[in-house]
Amino acid sequence: MNLTLKIWRQKNHSDKGGFKEYKVTDISKDMSFLEMLDVLNEQLTEKGEDPVHFDHDCREGICGMCSLYINGNPHGPLQTTTCQLHMRSFNDGETITIEPWRAKSFPVVKDLVTDRSAFDRIIQAGGYVSVNTGGVPDANEIPITKTIADMAMDAAQCIGCGACVAACKNASAMLFTSAKVSQLALLPQGQVERKTRAEKMVAQMDAEGFGACTNTGACEAECPKGISISNIARMNREYFSAVVSSQNV
Amino acid sequence: MSWVSKTLNSTLGKKLLMALTGLFLILFLVVHLAGNLQLLISDNGESFNIYAHSMANNPLIKVVSYGNFAFILLHVIYSIILTRQNKKSRPVGYAISRPQNNSSWSSRNMGILGTILLIFILVHLRGFWYEFKFGELPTAVYEGITYKNVFVIVSEAYSNVFYVAFYVICMGFLGFHLSHGFASAFQTLGLNHTKYSPLIQKVGFGFSIIVPALFALIPLVMYIQTL
Repeated sequence: MNLTLKIWRQKNHSDKGGFKEYKVTDISKDMSFLEMLDVLNEQLTEKGEDPVHFDHDCREGICGMCSLYINGNPHGPLQTTTCQLHMRSFNDGETITIEPWRAKSFPVVKDLVTDRSAFDRIIQAGGYVSVNTGGVPDANEIPITKTIADMAMDAAQCIGCGACVAACKNASAMLFTSAKVSQLALLPQGQVERKTRAEKMVAQMDAEGFGACTNTGACEAECPKGISISNIARMNREYFSAVVSSQNV
Repeated sequence: MSWVSKTLNSTLGKKLLMALTGLFLILFLVVHLAGNLQLLISDNGESFNIYAHSMANNPLIKVVSYGNFAFILLHVIYSIILTRQNKKSRPVGYAISRPQNNSSWSSRNMGILGTILLIFILVHLRGFWYEFKFGELPTAVYEGITYKNVFVIVSEAYSNVFYVAFYVICMGFLGFHLSHGFASAFQTLGLNHTKYSPLIQKVGFGFSIIVPALFALIPLVMYIQTL
């Protein structure tokens, strides 16, 4: 496959940045999207040019590190992570536009790399549980129904890649935050901090400058892990019931 | 009470106000439609005039109508606040974006639809509400009691083809606004459940077609009657 790539290049956060066109040739359709970018970067390095910077780590679709807004959708045309997107999803001779996640809360570090530590700070605000120290507890000591365990696991599948923010017209982090609130609120272990968690994580989400939710459902449609927007409704319930009943004035 | 203002200033709190006022306005649409359908009774406006009179003189309705104006204002003000905040969350946009792959057009354009509806409401209030309250209206006498003949104003307005077209088109926009707004309000309130959400979505879809269609039917029928 021969492709034209329109890639966003930006030296650093304060640089204005702009698109640059590159040609890549003899790309195998079985390559992953990131491998295709590796080929490009090899060419650029050989020519002595600065390679295109992009985030990646496990390349197995489980770490949430890769990103990229490809041809108008986060992680490209399929509902998967960019590392699990293959070149067979594109046509020979196609022009592919690659942009970084666009959100005030995800500032561009360089080229296609954005700083997603806003998500870390939301987790730090309340995405944890209290546990007893001491001996190892017995397995199945705490009874949890299969249904609830499955729902919590579904929410816990979120890998924090930020595609929800990238897809949302408001750059809202509601799907991410709600998945994290849900996975803990559903389980008995999460009850200790339940109310403060909802209050603090929502407050941190707002403080980071993410937008509000319009319920367009774009996040759910683009989420590589298929996190449901029913989690957003659950977070709204958690939050509203927390603010009216918690001791935090 | 700092927690109350803190909550209402959060993104979730602002959305809560949007949802609650929106649901009230949805309820208002039903009542308003029930009243308006009396325009189609062929009694030269007698039942409509009596209905309009009783609405205007019912103290409970008066309170509700002030609430209604307040909720429309709140809905508009908070939508502006939220839209501005949302725009700020993405200062640099995408060069190429294909949102049609992941969301409905109505859900992404509630602001535009709402603005059109606000213009419609202002025209509508000037044409009927203002005339009824402050205009020089002809009167009609039924069983010895004198009523303002608001039916004449309505039927005059609906004899103008442009006015009718404006109404019908605006009801189309209302349909699109409701097609997202109805179910979205429940989601914002946190009412999402495997058992009830599909029903809410179906009712919302039906509501967004039937209610605007019936509203649009009134000027259409009245216009055809003048031909």
